[in-house]
Amino acid sequence: MSEKSSSKDAVGKEFELRLTPMRRIQKTLYRYPWLSSLAVLISVVLAFGLVNERFLLPSTISLMVQQTVIVGSLALAQSLIILTAGIDLSIGSIMIFGQMVMANMAVFAVASNVTPFAGQNPYLAIIVGILAAAAAGSLNGFLIVRFGLPPFIVTLGTWSVFMGLALIFFKARTIQGPEMPEVMLSLGEGFSVGPFFVTFGLLVMFALYFAVAWVLRNTAWGRHLYAVGDDPIAAKLTGINTNRVLFSVYLVAGLIMGITALITIGRVGSASPNVDPMLNLQSITAAVIGGISLFGGRGAVVGALIGSMIVVAVEMGLSLAGVDQAYRTVAIGVLVIAAVGIDQWIRKVKV
Amino acid sequence: MKGNSMKTTLFTSRFRKSRFVSSLAAAGAAALILSGCSAATSEAPSSSAESGTVAEETVAVSLILKNLTNPFFVAMEAGARAKALEIGVDLTVGASKEEGDDQGQIDLIEAAIAQGQAGILITPMSSNIYAAITKAREAGLFVIALDSPTDPADIVSSTFATDNCAAGEAIGQWAAGKLDGKKAVIAQLVIFDDRAVPVDYCRANGFLMGMGIDVPTLEEMDSAASSGSYTSGTGGDYEIICLEATGANEEGGRSGMERCLAANPDINVVYTINEPTAFGANVALKAAGKVIGEDVLVVSVDGGLAGVKAVQDGQIQATSQQYPLRMASYGVQAIYDIATGGAAPANTSANGQFFDTGVTLCTDETQDAVVAAPQEDSAYCIENAWG
Repeated sequence: MSEKSSSKDAVGKEFELRLTPMRRIQKTLYRYPWLSSLAVLISVVLAFGLVNERFLLPSTISLMVQQTVIVGSLALAQSLIILTAGIDLSIGSIMIFGQMVMANMAVFAVASNVTPFAGQNPYLAIIVGILAAAAAGSLNGFLIVRFGLPPFIVTLGTWSVFMGLALIFFKARTIQGPEMPEVMLSLGEGFSVGPFFVTFGLLVMFALYFAVAWVLRNTAWGRHLYAVGDDPIAAKLTGINTNRVLFSVYLVAGLIMGITALITIGRVGSASPNVDPMLNLQSITAAVIGGISLFGGRGAVVGALIGSMIVVAVEMGLSLAGVDQAYRTVAIGVLVIAAVGIDQWIRKVKV
Repeated sequence: MKGNSMKTTLFTSRFRKSRFVSSLAAAGAAALILSGCSAATSEAPSSSAESGTVAEETVAVSLILKNLTNPFFVAMEAGARAKALEIGVDLTVGASKEEGDDQGQIDLIEAAIAQGQAGILITPMSSNIYAAITKAREAGLFVIALDSPTDPADIVSSTFATDNCAAGEAIGQWAAGKLDGKKAVIAQLVIFDDRAVPVDYCRANGFLMGMGIDVPTLEEMDSAASSGSYTSGTGGDYEIICLEATGANEEGGRSGMERCLAANPDINVVYTINEPTAFGANVALKAAGKVIGEDVLVVSVDGGLAGVKAVQDGQIQATSQQYPLRMASYGVQAIYDIATGGAAPANTSANGQFFDTGVTLCTDETQDAVVAAPQEDSAYCIENAWG
């Protein structure tokens, strides 16, 4: 925090108002940090389109959009936390935990003829699963707010804890699609719009982005969230209950992870504890490439969606070009560092 | 990521510089040795005086696993317990507390030494426990590595594991037979394609070799030419469309399959590293309008219960089943035999580095082209499935 504010002061004195084209770009990007990622997305798509004509086929684009659904939804949760200058490493394992809770309960509800579960519909299981993830998220928030522990450490711990709990409670068992009530898989279904296939999971993800973006822009809570992320001390001095804001952010993020759990069951077609354990890092990657500043307080959540799409497009494009996975991994890494570099540069703007 | 069934497969049969010899010979040899093993048990011990003391003193064995939750290890525990009960072995089961907890395994090894047990069955966590294993062997314990060979292999007295190359070869032969001369348009869904892990390249390249495709370097994932002709079955042309890393899980399987289909929608043979990957791939194939079993053949390795049920449902056409339960059960028997004066088991794998616990090809449409493993139908495999 101190590093950030001091650099800001120094920069403030140094720069006078003389708008070269470069500075104009810098200033525009400062106001709309997701613009640079949008530019990257467009150039990536065009470049890969030139390399392989199959890349721009509607069916390929449709696939890529569908592929963003899990990381995209988690990146939304991650963005909220990063906006408060926090980080959440437990994001994938809380999602998996929520998934295992809802799937097991749904199967139990179907199989059991014991009260109080007999005849319960799977909607209850879904709600309980989402609430379990929300509770897990708020545990993060509680530890961070109540004991002042750093988010990195707390979520590193809970990452392990919830992965372990998912394995202990549910014996690491994958629940296959046909075992579950159909509604559990409904977010994987969808409808065709011309050559594009739209899953309900995608609609839910877009709705979440829309809702969060609207709330951030139009409510006091949204404004406070940015303020806390930008400068918690200043925020406190202006009368914001920073602890309450922080806690609520982790709770909301948990809620989104719970909803992502249902989206994931739909997309994967089963509830498995073996979903990629690196989802936490992927969501951070997407948020950072999308222009959400790791220093907090700056960035628009739509950037995280664009960031997820960039990652998916790079994966698909390099795959179609026949490039080894190792190079794809390198490419994503370069993108992350470039994104953070651009973020640093933009922050030097005089407001 | 800890303790899921996919991860175990990662550590399965790590024989580095193995040469790919016909596994038919291996299977035959395995059968011979197996009968030899059981013969040894029924034989009277060499010295009757010794046998008298042995009968009074129970043979004690420790089974040390990586964890007790992974279905693969749960199967091992069940196999060991059943065998111990049957032949009257005093079995102690333990596991490290978490992935990477070497000390947990070392403690259990030292406890076994202190109790003067006859032997140890262990799925070694890492090379950090080798010193403890050596200490145990020096103290006269017979140590068998289960599923995960040590490097070098002679750290332990013996290794009981799956021959993953043979497992891959069997599904390759099956696919070639089933294609019956049609062009093979192949998708390969592996764990990594940036890291050489024995289970990964052995299964994936074994699959290609089983199809009769030339693989110049077994240890290299993209070693085979991307197009040419295969020779197994009636033979035909092939084209490898993609080699996608999936992390061996459902989501990776789906995304990987989607990328393959984007590159070429005419894929008709899908190799998957394990069954969860196959389930993910199936979702992508169905979304692309493919009828599994008709438009496209999906083959896999593992033989977990869900996997062989999928064979029965026609969602996976063929899968090579491995036997964790058997690894542990044979292990208990072997230590019992040695403690009662029998001989140590000989290595039966193609490369002679481990005791091959066998592979069965599970399919409901047997193919004459399959020689790398015996073929059984899904009902048999469900009966014998782990997890």
